[in-house]
Amino acid sequence: MSGAVPPAGTPPPPPPPPPRFADAAREALADPSVRRGLREATSAARAGAAGAVADSADWEELRAAGAAVRDRTLLDLDRYLEELEGAVVEAGGTVHWAVSAADAVRVVAGLVRAQGESGAAVADAPVLREIGLAGGLAAAGIAVLDAGAAAAVAVTGVDFMVAETGALVRSGGDAAPAPSAALVAVAGLEQAVPAWRDLEVFLQLLPRASGAGRTAARTVVWSGPVAGDGPAACHLVLVDNGRTRALADPVGRTALRCIGCEACLNVCPVYERTGPAAYGPGGAGPIGAVRVPLQRGVRGAHAASLPFASTLCGACADVCPVKIDLPGLLVHLRGEVVEARRDRPVPAPELAAMRAAAWTLAEPRRYEAALRRGARWGRLLARGGRIGRLPGRLGKWSDARDLPAPPAQSFRAWWGRR
Amino acid sequence: MEAVRVALFVACYNDALFPGTGRAVVRLLERLGHRVDFPAAQTCCGQMHWTTGYRREAAALARAFTGVFDGAGAVVTPSASCAATVRASYAGIARAAGDPALAEAAGRLAVYELTEFLVDVLGVTDVGARFPHRVAYQPTCHALRGLGVGDRPLRLLASVRDLELVDLPAAEECCGFGGTFAVKNADVSVALAADKVRHVRATSADVLCALDNSCLAHIGGALSRLHAGVRVAHLAEILAGPEEG
Repeated sequence: MSGAVPPAGTPPPPPPPPPRFADAAREALADPSVRRGLREATSAARAGAAGAVADSADWEELRAAGAAVRDRTLLDLDRYLEELEGAVVEAGGTVHWAVSAADAVRVVAGLVRAQGESGAAVADAPVLREIGLAGGLAAAGIAVLDAGAAAAVAVTGVDFMVAETGALVRSGGDAAPAPSAALVAVAGLEQAVPAWRDLEVFLQLLPRASGAGRTAARTVVWSGPVAGDGPAACHLVLVDNGRTRALADPVGRTALRCIGCEACLNVCPVYERTGPAAYGPGGAGPIGAVRVPLQRGVRGAHAASLPFASTLCGACADVCPVKIDLPGLLVHLRGEVVEARRDRPVPAPELAAMRAAAWTLAEPRRYEAALRRGARWGRLLARGGRIGRLPGRLGKWSDARDLPAPPAQSFRAWWGRR
Repeated sequence: MEAVRVALFVACYNDALFPGTGRAVVRLLERLGHRVDFPAAQTCCGQMHWTTGYRREAAALARAFTGVFDGAGAVVTPSASCAATVRASYAGIARAAGDPALAEAAGRLAVYELTEFLVDVLGVTDVGARFPHRVAYQPTCHALRGLGVGDRPLRLLASVRDLELVDLPAAEECCGFGGTFAVKNADVSVALAADKVRHVRATSADVLCALDNSCLAHIGGALSRLHAGVRVAHLAEILAGPEEG
């Protein structure tokens, strides 16, 4: 591999950490073009997916089969990846392992330069967005061309890698990359499937869930370089970027069933209003809010904010083609965030408040006393039967919403006097 | 049918802020000839703690809940989200706490959301109510996707005398409440409420009803702030008829 990313001497300073979801969302909400564009794009994809799913009498069987193949593969992923590497090499390809997103970008940049090129055609794919490839290549001085552009090197994400044969499969998407010299395929570790026959399920699930139709308009399979036909070199860049960390979490690992259809984004009411930028780099929507903290850990403020970027409405779980329990995983990760903060020397105000609430609720007499106290405070705050301004953190509620004044007596007080 | 003994779980936020809903459930079930108990030691199911990530606190509250309602027979609650918490989340709470006894205790409970109990257990859809208003129904996420109550609330509403039921556009979209989401991500929460309010107003309904007063407090709080002239009411209050003095 030739050419390190920073051209000379000192490495660039690390970028500032991305903002927390709530802060980034506030900005996105204020942008009318974001709102309209997303509403139109997501409703079109939703309608497409709903139609394709309605036309599939065996949709629930397909979902169950997809989830089962994924779970089985993830349990033995190391073995399948070794098998895959062997098959790709045997077919004349080269396999590169990238531990982090930055590693993956460096590898791809190096492969472009090794061809003596200063630009590459780049196709859009979830894994390429996750590692920030377009921005990373541009920062390394490599021109990012359209996927369909005639170029010596094309970089593409693939949807599935067949461990048995080494075949790399891209279903749907923009124009098929057709480089003259080298194909650089990028994939997450979890995108391996054991055998060719497993594609039967996934090549039905993916286009239908993504809203592309019953089958993809174009499915491309690369099986290594062929003399006189297509690129002379095939590279596969396998990206970890925290996937092994996610695999080590017995609850969280089910998130790696993901096949990148983005159906969960298209039905998410939060995503529809905030768009991808509010989630920061690494992934958006319900699956991004699960995968980023799973793959990076929950110590950083940005990753720790993502599991809370959901109302837990459950629309995502209903459409996921591999039955990922996204709301359950979001709650699991919220628990991880809270656990990670319990050992702070000074408890956060929220932790103190939640502990106090639990202490109060744990004992009926304390709870009854709190009801009476709360009602007194509420009546002091109320004007004309409504509370328009609440103190402290609860002011976030009353900034835009009234609260009814507390009643003269609680339910239990009424029951006691009946 | 024979009189059924029902243990009412009113839910802590109804107890404190919406006691009219609890009174309506009592009036309704007694009018139908059944007997309601209110186990006084009940407090909270633990939903808020669990969904905000406070596993230990949620487990303590879940243990208390299962203790209070153990052996109670049919437990009925006018809160779809609390019913869903006990039925769908207690197993996860027990697993996270490493407490298989809690999972077993939860498995012994029979917790029904009010409309499930009316339609499935009592087998009634006409509860003898009259409500002379134009009404829209919001299928809250926990009722719709969490419990799968389906058209039970609509069948109950269709049998109410003088009630005009109107379709709510985009009804199945979340209102944006989401528990502590309403405060932690208040801006997105309000953006969702704004769209829900728009759809509610498009129906010209007088009353918006649902099976969760929490979501209704959020939508109703925005309607009230905008002086929209639309009232929110728990479905139980419609089914119980106008509240006497």
